[in-house]
Amino acid sequence: MTKTNYPNLQGPVCPLPLQPGGQIVMGHGSGGGMTRDLIVNVFQKYLGNAILNAGNDSALLNGELVAPPGYQLVVSTDAHVVFPLFFPGSDIGRLSVCGTVNDVAMLGAQPKYLTASFILEEGFAIDELEKVLASMRDACAEADVRIIAADTKVTEKGKADKLFITTTGIGWAPAGRKITGDQAQPGDAVLISGALGNHGIAVLQARGNLGFQSDVQSDAAPLNHLTQALCAAFPDVHVMRDPTRGGLATTLVEIAQQSSVTIQLDEPEIPIDASVRAACDLLGLDPLYLANEGKVIVILPEEHAEDALSFLRAQKYGEKARRIGRVIARSSGQLLLRTALGTTRVLDMLAGEMLPRIC
Amino acid sequence: MSLPSSEVFRSAALTRQLAGEIRQVVTRPWNIMEICGGQTHAILQYGLDQLLPPEITLIHGPGCPVCVTALESIENALQIARQPDVIFCSFGDMLRVPGARANLFSARAEGADVRVVYSPLDAVKLARETPQKQVVFFAIGFETTVPSIAASILHAERNKISNFSILPANVLVPPAMHAILKSPDNRVNAFLAAGHVCAVMGYWEYEPIAAQYRTPIVVTGFEPVDLLRGILMSVRQLESGRSEVENAYERAVTREGNPDAQAMITQVFEPVDRQWRGIGLISLSGLGLRPRFKSFDALERFALAHQAVSESPLCIAGQVLRGNATPHDCPAFGRECTPASPLGAPMVSSEGACAAYYRYQRVKT
Repeated sequence: MTKTNYPNLQGPVCPLPLQPGGQIVMGHGSGGGMTRDLIVNVFQKYLGNAILNAGNDSALLNGELVAPPGYQLVVSTDAHVVFPLFFPGSDIGRLSVCGTVNDVAMLGAQPKYLTASFILEEGFAIDELEKVLASMRDACAEADVRIIAADTKVTEKGKADKLFITTTGIGWAPAGRKITGDQAQPGDAVLISGALGNHGIAVLQARGNLGFQSDVQSDAAPLNHLTQALCAAFPDVHVMRDPTRGGLATTLVEIAQQSSVTIQLDEPEIPIDASVRAACDLLGLDPLYLANEGKVIVILPEEHAEDALSFLRAQKYGEKARRIGRVIARSSGQLLLRTALGTTRVLDMLAGEMLPRIC
Repeated sequence: MSLPSSEVFRSAALTRQLAGEIRQVVTRPWNIMEICGGQTHAILQYGLDQLLPPEITLIHGPGCPVCVTALESIENALQIARQPDVIFCSFGDMLRVPGARANLFSARAEGADVRVVYSPLDAVKLARETPQKQVVFFAIGFETTVPSIAASILHAERNKISNFSILPANVLVPPAMHAILKSPDNRVNAFLAAGHVCAVMGYWEYEPIAAQYRTPIVVTGFEPVDLLRGILMSVRQLESGRSEVENAYERAVTREGNPDAQAMITQVFEPVDRQWRGIGLISLSGLGLRPRFKSFDALERFALAHQAVSESPLCIAGQVLRGNATPHDCPAFGRECTPASPLGAPMVSSEGACAAYYRYQRVKT
């Protein structure tokens, strides 16, 4: 007698849909339930506040949420793509907050709000996303800004590189304050808030193909408290700008051209950490062209330069501030470097991608 | 000395002292050629030419390896890089060098897998990790880069990494010096020999050249103090009528060089005729793989279409590379030709004379 196997019909017989595991799937971008779950359980967990959590199509700002009379609005937007997402000292989350906060702050404005849109690649690990969001939360707290609108899209695997974040910053400054790139005047002093090139080297290091180890950390930091305090103490600051991509040299060439002036830097005064200089020597890179994410160039009248320098050095992120040069003449826009040897050379913008020299 | 060596060799006081000695020694005009693009870069980066007396003219030599890489080699590189299942590896500044119509950057933008490596051994590692791909390394550079390329071939052979190959385009310094000195319009009175090449090869092979052409050759490093010492020693020889090979880069170079590296080069490579971009064919001035290693030659591995190629008619790179013109003599310099859209190779690498002039001396100071 053969034994017959009967199917067990007790309990569920349809295959249960798999709950999404620890990674982003296309359903997270569907706009349906999975999207809502991701927003509520992941995004709002870190970035939530009353305005964002209201869940409307856009944020409604009124009353005490808007700029008081006598202030002007300042807006900036910035897309953040970086490989790898995490690198010594920072990550794409902190970068996406600091980058936009700093852009708003450079016009002498107090950044108040950010919007953020996230492009997620299918397969991206949700716990990595949470690490990025936690980092954004901390940077927002440090900068004292709120994320008031956000969006998420998911691309198929291979159509994006894990995570792209675009942030827009909104802030306000006293009406009439004009701290812009076209305000540099002959006779002004040029200050920098600290050592240059650390972010660029930290990211290269994190890519893991340098063949040596260094302890260089990214300098990514929100500078708005420093710039706000500086503008309050020194109302005649002419220019502030953060030397991000393209580095100090490219940024100062931009300012020289906008202001139609010649700026001269004193090479021995430019602060560069020994570890960054050593890495640059090995790799054939020029630290004046490396990206920074937590430094500000300040240009102001010479008579206030020493006081402003002491003031910067008393601020968080300004401890290693130095006076690095001056605006020497009107011109079509030129940047000169006075070397330690007393010779002079022209510094140009970075032409394209920074390439290591062969030997 | 208690300072780190890089600070000693960049010392402003020492550099100025050496410049003062050169001014004291010099009595008439001399043309000194620095062979190596790294030296050209350092001279302009530090503005060393501004410290020299007017009698001394520095002529920038053909030693920028990306500048002299033949157009045909770049076209071959582009053809290989565009093939499916190829990872094409190169030193970084080769990517922007223009071929006839494209460069490796534009090939990458069109979907070719082009990667920057710091060492050919990284390319071998990549080949081992991606056995389903053909990994090709663009073997450019002077004797300085050759030992690591030879080592990568030997490593690949030993470990049976058969999906690795190189596109051979290395060049040698001594044949180029012969070519310059033999040229009827030669203006070079003395050479600063390239310190890093000599670290590998020593300087014994320059002794017959100095004697044959009665031309001083001084092995020179890359920091300001090194360069001014090299120039001072050259001027002293010229002023006293000597033509010897001297070493101003003692901390890195011996007369014999690095025998292990030389043995590795000889084991893997043999001299071949080679085209130099802007200069022409120089016999036995390049390195090709010996028959035993031909299986690692990308030119053998990939069937390449022959293409007729020609340079931009505006570009005077050949004159610049031979030392017969400065970038300021070129009508396209800074106009049609900039580092962002170079017409000729010397505008590409920061070691190239045109790019160095554009960066540091576009406006004469």
